[in-house]
Amino acid sequence: MSAQSIDLTAGDLVEARRFGRRQITGMVFGVAGIALIALVAPNITGDTRTFAFEPPPDALDFSFDPPTMVTIIGLIYLLAGGLSFLPQQFDRWAGRGQLLAAAATIPLILVVALGLSATPATNVTNLFDESLVLATPIALGAMTGLWSERSGIINIGIEGTMLGSAGVGFMIFATLGEASSTTWLWIAILVAVLTGGALALLLAVLSIRYQINQIVAGVVINLFALGLTGFLRSEVIVPSGNSKGISTSEFGIPLLEQIPILGDTFFTGKPIHYMMYAVVFLTWLVMFRTAWGLRVRSCGEDPHAAETLGIDVIKTRYRSVVLGGFIAGLAGAWFSMESQSGFEDNMTNAAGFIALAAMIFGKWTPGGAFAGALLFGFARALGSRLQFLEVEISGFGIPSEFFQSLPFAVTLVVVAGALGRSIAPAAEGQPYRPSK
Amino acid sequence: MAGDDERIPVLDVRGVTKTFPGVIANEDVDLVLHEGEIHCLLGENGAGKSTLMNVVFGLYQPDKGSIRVRGEQVQFTGVGDAIDHGIGMVHQHFQLIPVFTVAENVILGNELTNGPFLDINEARRRIIELEDKYGLAVDPDAKVGDLSVGEQQRVEVIKALFREAEILILDEPTAVLTPGEVDEFFGVVRSLVDQGKSIIFITHKLREVLAVADRITVLRNGKVAGTADPSTATQKSLANLMVGREVVFQVAKGDAHPGDPVIKITGLRVEDVRGARTVNGLSVEVRAGEIFGVAGVEGNGQRELVEAVTGMRPKIGGTVEILGQDATKMSPRQITELGTGHIPEDRNKHGVVGAYSIADNLILNRYFKPPFARRWLRNEAAIASEAEELVAQFDVRTPGIHVAVDNLSGGNQQKVIVARELTGDVKALVVAQPTRGLDVGSIEFIHNAIIALRDKGVGVLLVSAELDEILSLSDRIGVLYRGRLVGTFDGADATREELGYLMATGAAPESEEAAS
Amino acid sequence: MSMGTDQRDLEPSGFRLKVQEAFQLQPVLVPLYAILLSFIVGGILIALIGVNPFEAYWALLRGMFGSKDNIAASVARSVPFMGSALALAFAFRAGLFNIGAEGQLLVGGVTAAWVGTWAWMTDTPAIIAIPIILLAGAFGGFMWGWVPGILRAKTGAHEVISTIMLNSIALFLVRWIVNSRDPVILRDLEASVPRTEAISDTAELPTIIDSQPPLHWGLFVMLGVCFLIAFVLKRTTFGFETITVGTNPHAARYAGMSVDRIIILAMAISGACAGIAAASEVSGTNQLFQPGTFALIGFDGIAVALLARANPIGIIPSALLWGSLLSGAPLMQQEADVSIDVVRIIQSMVLLFVAADAIVRYIFRVRGEAEAHIKASTTGWAGQ
Repeated sequence: MSAQSIDLTAGDLVEARRFGRRQITGMVFGVAGIALIALVAPNITGDTRTFAFEPPPDALDFSFDPPTMVTIIGLIYLLAGGLSFLPQQFDRWAGRGQLLAAAATIPLILVVALGLSATPATNVTNLFDESLVLATPIALGAMTGLWSERSGIINIGIEGTMLGSAGVGFMIFATLGEASSTTWLWIAILVAVLTGGALALLLAVLSIRYQINQIVAGVVINLFALGLTGFLRSEVIVPSGNSKGISTSEFGIPLLEQIPILGDTFFTGKPIHYMMYAVVFLTWLVMFRTAWGLRVRSCGEDPHAAETLGIDVIKTRYRSVVLGGFIAGLAGAWFSMESQSGFEDNMTNAAGFIALAAMIFGKWTPGGAFAGALLFGFARALGSRLQFLEVEISGFGIPSEFFQSLPFAVTLVVVAGALGRSIAPAAEGQPYRPSK
Repeated sequence: MAGDDERIPVLDVRGVTKTFPGVIANEDVDLVLHEGEIHCLLGENGAGKSTLMNVVFGLYQPDKGSIRVRGEQVQFTGVGDAIDHGIGMVHQHFQLIPVFTVAENVILGNELTNGPFLDINEARRRIIELEDKYGLAVDPDAKVGDLSVGEQQRVEVIKALFREAEILILDEPTAVLTPGEVDEFFGVVRSLVDQGKSIIFITHKLREVLAVADRITVLRNGKVAGTADPSTATQKSLANLMVGREVVFQVAKGDAHPGDPVIKITGLRVEDVRGARTVNGLSVEVRAGEIFGVAGVEGNGQRELVEAVTGMRPKIGGTVEILGQDATKMSPRQITELGTGHIPEDRNKHGVVGAYSIADNLILNRYFKPPFARRWLRNEAAIASEAEELVAQFDVRTPGIHVAVDNLSGGNQQKVIVARELTGDVKALVVAQPTRGLDVGSIEFIHNAIIALRDKGVGVLLVSAELDEILSLSDRIGVLYRGRLVGTFDGADATREELGYLMATGAAPESEEAAS
Repeated sequence: MSMGTDQRDLEPSGFRLKVQEAFQLQPVLVPLYAILLSFIVGGILIALIGVNPFEAYWALLRGMFGSKDNIAASVARSVPFMGSALALAFAFRAGLFNIGAEGQLLVGGVTAAWVGTWAWMTDTPAIIAIPIILLAGAFGGFMWGWVPGILRAKTGAHEVISTIMLNSIALFLVRWIVNSRDPVILRDLEASVPRTEAISDTAELPTIIDSQPPLHWGLFVMLGVCFLIAFVLKRTTFGFETITVGTNPHAARYAGMSVDRIIILAMAISGACAGIAAASEVSGTNQLFQPGTFALIGFDGIAVALLARANPIGIIPSALLWGSLLSGAPLMQQEADVSIDVVRIIQSMVLLFVAADAIVRYIFRVRGEAEAHIKASTTGWAGQ
């Protein structure tokens, strides 16, 4: 809070360690690199495999020889490992190396999976397209977290906010729009957004006005949304007879959609998915380039300092949390009115928690959080894909669960490694009492 | 100039009373500030100086009384109102956000925008303009967390000036500065006054008051104890006003009878949390029965030195020997078990668990030993009887031993720590800033306790930012500068001037080139 | 401020104080009012869909406690919550937020089932086999809690994110163990749904009342664990260390405690609490392991523990309330045609009103200061 305490706030609980976090991660990557080169590469099939980027007939593709690819990625791992053991002043390079290695994990999973499977080719474009689509609610949820936490309020109620909005939004669509009118679809999406704001307001009132433990407040939101939406589904949505209906439709961005490959992947899609990109960009723009963003961040770092400059911390926090709620509402609408049409109990299925992880993964920055969301989106897309590729090593089937859990394991390693302590907004979680 | 009361004062505080639950922080306080004047507000810790200024700055609303700015009656409901009336405040604890740049910190709350976006370029230009005008050099694009304390203070001043403050409240501005920086800061203060600003200067340092003040108001227990004219006042007369009784400037202590070394540090090198090497090749021996005082400006490695000696921070190089044993790689627990006490610098962070009772805090470092534990079970009866005994012995003012330490005053909290660290089989004692922020009574008590321990043959390593404390307690004094001891003095011979110069420059006057 | 002295003098002392304390209803009053208020909120919702709330609640009440079997079922539903709530509570006292009970339950459960299907278990007397299966569950949970603990202590990775990741990994892991046909790991090939083979009869916890679900000796196991944890926290030096680390880790380190060791152990013991609860379910309720049976138990455990303010003894009534509401709800649905989700809304309201007791005190004019709920401030993700 004060200048004197600046160097106290950094985690000085770090005990004597010859091996820092960086070195441990470096070792993990190094060992994995050696294992890839020495064990995986020689044993994987030498037959050519192909990544296709477009459906046949005139497929644009990338053919490769799995052992070579595995070796290359293994070398990247080794490089990251080696960089981690350089002296202190190369810290930045070590970090970059580890991030590169972490990123190389995605092609690694693809190459190994394809190399081990009996199929010679897979369509990568579809996979990436799907990853982006599935990243939508996670990226939006992460922005929700960002707005809340940058202002100083811990938000583990993202899950409940999304679920509540999905349920209430679809209820309006089912009852008033009979799940078939486009106008009502958009009104319902708006209702979902407002519901998100209302649930976030509840979180804000509990944590700002009543100053209850912010984690408890988040748990209340999650529980309440689970109960409320279940109740609305069985008491309102199902009796209305419109449990299923239309959802937002795909459209292409004029001109851009005609670009080969990219056109299909990036410039054809559904509206909430596009809005996600806009939300991520605007979050960055507003939070880091405007006066209001500066104020929000100051409330998350040191509310008392902000107060001495005449900033109304309470008002700023309320606005920021509720704005985040609107974003979660949009994510909720994605679940019940874009990715499918209809509401199922607990349909967000922990996406809110994954969004939280993506936000922490991205060090509370919009870009980083978006990258984290992509990683998890990829994980989910891969999960459905791998069930079709039957992967086995010398007769022993590698379970698809193994590949599906890899992104979570990678996140674990990255969080333990490349990320540091003390990067969260400093005043997060502490109730703020204005001076009187 | 003090007689010229006909002018309309720029700030006129009348009869302000402010109470907090159970405490009267200010009672019927008057204060008058004239244009172009430096008005010193003097008082002990807890006398109500900061509360009064927070009332003036709109952070607190007074229960009674009025404030006039340039003759106009004002009622501030928030800081924004005070800022609008041209009042700026440099807080004792800087209100800066370490992860923001200087420019961001300065414009926060008064942002310059270009359309919807922040205009950092314009902010930078305006800041540099102010810096040139008042001689306050600091890089507008630097991260505040990377700046020195002196630079951070300049940022605070720039913040106030950026908001076109005419009345500047400086709350204990010199507490964190070196003697050299203090002189430089006084220069800034004078240039502010020359440009027509009016200043309220809060301090408890008598020497400074006499150096800068045009007018002095002394607060005691929340009330105005008197006003004084700097041309006639003396340190002694001000001290009596401030404390309300005769102050003994010297602590009574007999001659030291130093024995064998108890703490022996050789070539110690330590890094701080950011990886900067703040202790760099320090060697010192503390002998039994003496107090070795480490003087120095804060931030020259004091914290890292203390933490390294007590095992809380890893050493990069060098050795620490305690009572003849190599303690370089020992944990805090092992070092305590050798017979080392440690009064930490940060009372609330390290010294006590605020939510715990006095009893639990008194056994915090020996809860696992008999009689407080039988194997792995706590022995409540033994814990309570120990607490009763220590509370009486160390004069901790409390309704009972089960009261949470959070509910005690700072002085009593510190007595709890002192009681814990000084009991048992202590042969070496490491003490950091033992009396910071305490009232005079507690300071005397703690000083006497430390001296009594030294007379029993304990070796004491004392680290303090208060030069007066070092001078009155130490048998030998070392000056810490950039992580090394640059001079060692006999406690009886050292003068404040000599030490101050060494603290600021790291070298004795004649060999100045050899410094840095 | 040392003003406490003066205020204290004004308070009644000695005998009068004792008498007042004996009739002191406040600590119970606020939670009771909170529950009442929650039922009022739920009642309004029920009325909104055109059902008489009193009829619905009457059915709910009978579903919860209407017969011996219903009471037994309510209690049986509560048992696993005690474990998953302890998993949160113990770590919480060490200043950690363990939301990994979900994964710790799964791993504990699958470990217990694996050990329970060992061939020689059939020849082992129950007095040995039951402790073995319970310890196996505890061990599985212990290991799954140990991982985030060591990551937190040694690398600073925040336990919230690592336990979320480990929940997903655990889910895939047990899914594979239970689903896989080639190779067969623990899957019961005869069964139509993925599940393990039944554990040895000797490793089954005896049933007390054959309700649905059955009330078995797992109740006493979990009650014992609750009391054990309470004892450890209150009376042992390890408990003192744990709470010190949770309250002020800096002071703990200064006082010579090994903060890293406590963090690792606290997470691991938390995991073990969840693991033993899972083992009790495997051994007493299902006699086999099926991942689906643990859905939401970890999630609800968070709420149960927070409702009890992370107090291990408080978890017992808190879990009983939770379990009996869930157990009674189907009868309410059957008879009054009210969705069982009303119960979830009531649960969230109870948690809300207990946490924000200022609201309850305001509505019911209960005197006294609003309590700071557990620790009002939580550490940010960066942890300190």
